[in-house]
Amino acid sequence: MQKIHKILIGIAFSPNLKPNLFEAFRIANLFNAELIGVHVGEKTTKKETDLNKIISEADTLNKPLKTIWQQGEPVAVILETAALQNIDLLILGALQKENLLKYYVGSIARKITRKAPCSILLMIKPSVEKKQCNHIVVNGLKDDRTEETIRTSIHFSKHLLCKKMTIVEEINQSELQVRINDDKSLRKATIAKERLKNREDQRVNTILKDISCADISIKTQSIFGTRGYSIGHYAKIKRADLLVMNAPTKVNILDRIFPHDIEYILSELPTDVLIVK
Amino acid sequence: MNKKNTFKTFLSEIPQNLFSGFVVSLIALPLGLGLALASGAPPISGIIAAIVGGLVVSLIGGSNVTITGPGNGLVVVILSAITILGNGDMYQGYLFTLAAIVISGILLIILGFLRMGALGDFFPSSAIQGMLAAIGIGIFAKQIHVMFGNLDAKGSIIELLMQVPKGIFNFINSAGTSSFYAGLIGIISLLIMIFYSKIRNRYFQLIPAPMWIVVLSVGLYYYFDLFTTAKYPIDNSLLINLPNDVLANFAFPDFGKVYQSEFISAVISITLIASIESLLSIKAVDKLDPLKRRSNVNKDIRALGLATVISGFLGGLNVVTVIARSSVNVNNKGSNKSSNFFHALFLVAFILLFATELRKIPLAALAAILVFTGYKLASPENIKKVFSIGSEQLIIFTVTLLITIATSLITGILSGIIITFAIHIIINKSVLLFMKNILKPNVLMFTEDGKYYVSVKNFSSFLNFTKLKSKLDQIPETEEAIVDFSLCDFVDHSVMENMNNYSETFERKGGHFEVIGLDDSKSGSEHPFALRKILPKQKVPKEGVLTKRQKSIQKISEEMQYSYDAFPDVVIEELAGFGYFKTRKIDKVSNVLSKNNCTIFDVQFSEGEMIAKQVIKATMYHILTTKKLPKFTLDQEGVFEYILHFAGYKDIDISAHPDFSKRFYLSGKNEEKIRAFFTDELILFLESNKQYHIEATNTGLLILSNERLASVKEIKALAYFGASLQKIIEKC
Repeated sequence: MQKIHKILIGIAFSPNLKPNLFEAFRIANLFNAELIGVHVGEKTTKKETDLNKIISEADTLNKPLKTIWQQGEPVAVILETAALQNIDLLILGALQKENLLKYYVGSIARKITRKAPCSILLMIKPSVEKKQCNHIVVNGLKDDRTEETIRTSIHFSKHLLCKKMTIVEEINQSELQVRINDDKSLRKATIAKERLKNREDQRVNTILKDISCADISIKTQSIFGTRGYSIGHYAKIKRADLLVMNAPTKVNILDRIFPHDIEYILSELPTDVLIVK
Repeated sequence: MNKKNTFKTFLSEIPQNLFSGFVVSLIALPLGLGLALASGAPPISGIIAAIVGGLVVSLIGGSNVTITGPGNGLVVVILSAITILGNGDMYQGYLFTLAAIVISGILLIILGFLRMGALGDFFPSSAIQGMLAAIGIGIFAKQIHVMFGNLDAKGSIIELLMQVPKGIFNFINSAGTSSFYAGLIGIISLLIMIFYSKIRNRYFQLIPAPMWIVVLSVGLYYYFDLFTTAKYPIDNSLLINLPNDVLANFAFPDFGKVYQSEFISAVISITLIASIESLLSIKAVDKLDPLKRRSNVNKDIRALGLATVISGFLGGLNVVTVIARSSVNVNNKGSNKSSNFFHALFLVAFILLFATELRKIPLAALAAILVFTGYKLASPENIKKVFSIGSEQLIIFTVTLLITIATSLITGILSGIIITFAIHIIINKSVLLFMKNILKPNVLMFTEDGKYYVSVKNFSSFLNFTKLKSKLDQIPETEEAIVDFSLCDFVDHSVMENMNNYSETFERKGGHFEVIGLDDSKSGSEHPFALRKILPKQKVPKEGVLTKRQKSIQKISEEMQYSYDAFPDVVIEELAGFGYFKTRKIDKVSNVLSKNNCTIFDVQFSEGEMIAKQVIKATMYHILTTKKLPKFTLDQEGVFEYILHFAGYKDIDISAHPDFSKRFYLSGKNEEKIRAFFTDELILFLESNKQYHIEATNTGLLILSNERLASVKEIKALAYFGASLQKIIEKC
């Protein structure tokens, strides 16, 4: 399980700055963590007064805010700061597609997401008002990092006072090994699916066994479908407030051309997304 | 069912399959001869295809009651292949085409192994309809001249059609000649085909129409031969030509042109049509199967491919699954593959025993059968049907039809695809919707409370239908499935038509299949298959074409005696008073069912503002109570989503009902009143029913289950629950 001691937020002077900051303040207080704001660009008095105005309206931080002003290439600066300051969580705001209710991650945030040394929280709906997080969807992939991810999300839900969590096991269609042609093979496939579902449930339950998760209701849901895609679609339908994913193992040029896993989510954010490193 | 039992059933069903195989062979014989002639190939080639098809596919195929043999869709393709490859020499062209047939058979086998048998799924259905109509016109144009006794009519389809008036004129002028009598028989045969279905006589109907034509025309020959001194007035050249020794003279394919582009394009067209025709037929026949089995399409395609290869080597045409003969098979109680096998055996018997008699059939008689088939493929009713779905479908249909006639099949179907896509872009005013999302997986399926829930995102059209289909095919048809298009911006006609097919299949097999999320969409016409474009979220359609869901709701509203209004003007004012809607803004209410102070409705509301705005649609039940209620919320224990606005209030446990307290989370301000309100009867009722989220204000109750639109079945359950609850509350 990851403890969140230091949180980093990128400060860009956009209309979203206020909700972004308010949200970051709230999260920092929930975890009792130190918040560091980094602005890539020149430090001017106007920017400073703007920032101070917002800060004065926000909740008071448990630990003082540290601001870093640095010029340079945004991706490099933010990654550098994250490494230098031993950041545990990086908060980034997402962009909205024009006149569509769809969110995506801009090219800068995407680059950061791929290379960041720490966990990342992508927010699509930061709000000035406090909003309760009611439902967290977590990936339950068969992967070494999954246990860590589940632990972290339980840690998160405890801090966010979220009572409901669904662990989604995405099962690749090819694992089914039965091809559906007619009634007979369909019956076989349905049985095989049930078996796979039980196996996945069992795997997740073994992970959960060692974690104390009292007063959080945890459900498992198995989905046969494309990895990384299905969970996003599911989170959207179920209107989850937070989607927790494993960090991608490694990304090469081919993965960007043929998107898979996390890339699906980045191209169309279903909700706030936490990527656990 | 164990193996022995299956075998026993098989044995006990042999007599009925023998009979239906016999009836089918009566049609297959004249059709086989006719289709071969129309294709420009020797008549025996059609019979070879039927025999090989019947034997091979019945043994290794994957379908149950289908009949295989030469298909009418291929006539035009094979004729053009023979003409082009033969370069004037029809027989040489036929040998080259045999090679193309063999190779297309191999391609079919490969497609079957690659599980791509369903080529037809990639084409828009109106384009396929247009292509089939073009094939019909092609057959009609050529055969109508043969029917009038003129074997020499030549030219493109359009030229042939132009020559029809002249052909009729020549026919009348040629009175007394051999071709005139042939034409006369042709016309009588056509009349038999047309009026056959109108004559409701049991004995007459025992023999299928094509066989009547054969029997009558052969009978006529023998009448002249045995009873009159006059010579049979039709010249030998106008009679069918069969080899003297049917078993010895097999033609062998000539692979000399394999590398030429004409050959390759012939192979492609043959494969394409063979696959589309077979697939459409297999799907259609599955709907007729009295035992409701699902055919293994890919296995069947492989079997058809192998049969085609063998048939091609023996000088026969392509083997495809044919709908007309298959339906005759089902109508005559064919119940398993053996009827296809028997139909082939009967054909062998006919050709060996009656070769001499068959040689007396005038070509015009066979042409009449084909003229009728051609007309059926391109009948005005078909065009009307397409038009009723929407004017845009008629454009697709017409463009495909005209281009196919004017050029070739491949160009025709390709332009059909392009025009369909172009129309979709125009309707949506967006290329990006398609370009961005075409490669993305867009279908999610999971099971929830024993139901299969399928959600489709972005758009759903012929371009990405296979993704949806592969998911839907995994649902056993005895289960309950809900397909939700509410995240889709656009659903096209091909998909709507397929949804309807699925719904029929599920209904037949005892399951339930429902489409939701289209009620806010605009449709092109009243037809249930019309494409649907989802309207921008805030627009309220004041009137529109009801979706299938809305029609079903209308129907159940009558059953349950609720009044129904799909697009009401009124707002349910009480809704805003509920805690649930404190933080949610109601956009509109639609599909309202009401009775005695109860309303069931779909509500669209939004959460958050500006960038964080999310639009949600859900079905709810509202009761306006006559007496004052305490404010409370009641939920399944463990579901904490809705209770936020009552935060601070604890779960109220009712000690007399520990089980109830364990399962439900009850909270509210005035604990005393709430305790008094939850009588034993009410608790018993709640315990014994499905758990809904229930909220009460002083004057009303709000009941909802999932935060999504309910299927018709769920609405029924909700209505029943709500009405019973109302009764109990009003009583105590």
